[in-house]
Amino acid sequence: MRAATATLALILAALAGAASAAEPGLGESVYKRWCVHCHSSGRGNPGTESLRVKYKDSLPAVLLDRTDLSPQAIALFVRQGVLSMPPFRKTEITDAELAALADYMASKYVKP
Amino acid sequence: MTDRRSFLQAAAAAAAAMPAASSLAAAAAAGAQAATPPPAPRPATSATAPSRLPPGVSRADFNKVLTAWRGTVGGDWVFTSDADVALYRDAYSPYWDEPEERVASAAVAPQTLEQVQAVVRVANQYRVPLYAISTGRNLAYGGSAPAYSGSVVLDLKRMNRVLEVSERNAYALVEPGVNYLDLYEHITRANLDVWIDPPDPGWGSVIGNALDGGGGWTASPFRDHFGSHCGMEVVLANGEVVRTGMGALPNSKSWQHNKWGYGPWVDGLFRQGNMGVVTKMGFYLMPRPEAMQSATVQVTRTEDAVPLIDTLNLLESQHVVNGSTQLFGAGASWSVQIPIYGPEKVVRAQMEYCKDKFAKIANSRFTEGELVRTPLDAATLARVRKVNFGVPDLSTFAMLGRNAQNPSPPGGHIGFSPIIPRTGEALLEYSKFYTDNLPAVSERGTLRFQGPVYMTNWDRTLVAMIMFPIGKDKIMNAKMRAAFEKWVQLAAERGWGEYRTPAVFQDLVANTYSYNNRSLTRMRETIKDALDPNGILSPGRYGVWPKHLRKA
Ligand SMILES: Cc1cc2nc3c(=O)[nH]c(=O)nc-3n(C[C@H](O)[C@H](O)[C@H](O)COP(=O)(O)OP(=O)(O)OC[C@H]3O[C@@H](n4cnc5c(N)ncnc54)[C@H](O)[C@@H]3O)c2cc1C
Ligand code: HEC
Repeated sequence: MRAATATLALILAALAGAASAAEPGLGESVYKRWCVHCHSSGRGNPGTESLRVKYKDSLPAVLLDRTDLSPQAIALFVRQGVLSMPPFRKTEITDAELAALADYMASKYVKP
Repeated sequence: MTDRRSFLQAAAAAAAAMPAASSLAAAAAAGAQAATPPPAPRPATSATAPSRLPPGVSRADFNKVLTAWRGTVGGDWVFTSDADVALYRDAYSPYWDEPEERVASAAVAPQTLEQVQAVVRVANQYRVPLYAISTGRNLAYGGSAPAYSGSVVLDLKRMNRVLEVSERNAYALVEPGVNYLDLYEHITRANLDVWIDPPDPGWGSVIGNALDGGGGWTASPFRDHFGSHCGMEVVLANGEVVRTGMGALPNSKSWQHNKWGYGPWVDGLFRQGNMGVVTKMGFYLMPRPEAMQSATVQVTRTEDAVPLIDTLNLLESQHVVNGSTQLFGAGASWSVQIPIYGPEKVVRAQMEYCKDKFAKIANSRFTEGELVRTPLDAATLARVRKVNFGVPDLSTFAMLGRNAQNPSPPGGHIGFSPIIPRTGEALLEYSKFYTDNLPAVSERGTLRFQGPVYMTNWDRTLVAMIMFPIGKDKIMNAKMRAAFEKWVQLAAERGWGEYRTPAVFQDLVANTYSYNNRSLTRMRETIKDALDPNGILSPGRYGVWPKHLRKA
């Protein structure tokens, strides 16, 4: 648990440092490069298929339709991975790209 | 699900209240149940001292090495904090969180050939073991983790240029970080009329996949990824650059035209090898075929598996069937799919010929499938298996995610993939072998494996793959490992050996290739010692260890 706390703290710190400098459109392009193949709608999207089973009908299966995912939650999943989704390394998605990605994906986010 | 909700809300609250430690803890507490946390990290500045040292290297020396590397590649591209190094763990490791898990001490990510040379030279001077990866998506075979714990991962993902695609001569020259999705995008944007041959996971490296012995799903010979490469550039352990084949000729204009060049061919040393760091590689591409048509042939008597495979082999050797044939069945019932790629008229004629040949097997059933013309329109592409049409994707991961039948799967898997003879007799023997041994190896059916899946990606070859689910549960992982080891032994007793295996089983499998007192392994060791006397490049990969790490 201490480990997870520290990880989250690191990710949040990285987000805070990098988000302001993000170039426009960066988040969307990172999403299209790394996430779109598994989290879109339609056939052949393993992320969407898995999340549909996980949440039944209580949450949308397509990530971009979610309103409950904060940038921080998204960043945590990207760096830790979950189930069959492995984490993404910094040579694949830099901290600055992650911040832009998380902002882009959380554009519908509604604070609880 | 409530847990998940509360985690997401807590994470949001944590952000709002940052850096209030209590809400961070709450977020992490809830998060820990879903996303497995990496080991306790410390602040992630590039200068953080690594908590693990490469074996045999002092902290003082390692610091010198890291400082030199930072000077070469920049501080952002040398990773030493626990959190950053944890990103190199094998997410599907069968030893997850156990002492035997193969883990790195640090990672370094050069962007140019000259940087790779400089990084390797310093490593060689201080005897720091390196483990080169291209895109590091070698899931099911070791991920991005090294074969020898404590190695520094040499992450080549940033070397991501497509250097050349020739439509006229149908080849590509790429750097290691280029994945199939990138190469496909490059070709599509440039509107070139050539196909790539993707493996199921499109995010893999064209080079990395070939170097691990991977295979894809379009036509022969392109499905054999190492087999269809043409020319390499390699950095040796002393930092020297070698170009193979025609690339050794200064001003050569045919590096990607002829793979043999002049004199003894050395490219094979780098397949599943540890003799160098590959920095460029050429690959043959397939000119877009006009059409593809498949058919299914079914037999329903056990003995008919024999003529079924013989006919298939003949048609493949005649280059009449060139697609990735899919073989299914058990007991008396077997079926094979025979995709044919080519000009429409020719495909139709070849299909007629196949039909006649298979008709000689009494009671066999031949069902012709739809002929698909290329390029595929969006609607057609949406209903076919994309990789069969040269289009990379990641849909294969559905087999590891949740589904209605299996709502909480373990998430990962590893493959046991022995090569068996391409005959009906061997197929039946293997099938019986599997069912006979299943009760004992599976603890009376309590361990669920997937398979066997019969793969024919390589010409004349039949790989009978069994997949073992792997997750984060140590007890289940231990059982799966034991079962895996048992299959390796049982198969080797029959003369069946694996084509590829996860890093943690590479010694086990190398030891089954033991003809004449392991003379093949000993020969490789001799070459290893000559090319890499300090044993710094990927020690242990595929069972080849440098002198100082060999068991007597
Ligand atoms: C669900 C699923 C389906 C799969 N389907 C397929 C499939 O259809 N076909 C298939 O082939 N595989 C398949 N795999 C296995 C694997 O994921 C792929 O082969 C993948 O392409 C390998 O990872 P990579 O391309 O990122 O290679 P990397 O991880 O970059 O490289 C693999 C290994 O090669 C060596 N290496 C890499 N680059 C270099 C270099 N530049 N110099 C020296 N050594 C190097 C390293 O030892 C490295 O560990 C599948 C896996 C899963 C989980
Ligand atoms: C190889 C396919 C794949 C790719 C690529 C992928 N994911 Fe995932 N992702 C999955 C799967 C599968 C799950 C579902 C795990 C489960 O059911 O618990 C998932 C889950 C998630 C979740 C958790 C949602 C929740 O509520 O549990 C987030 C967030 C996420 N992914 C974000 C991303 C982002 C951001 C990217 C791109 C950087 C990405 N994913 C790329 C397969 C993928």
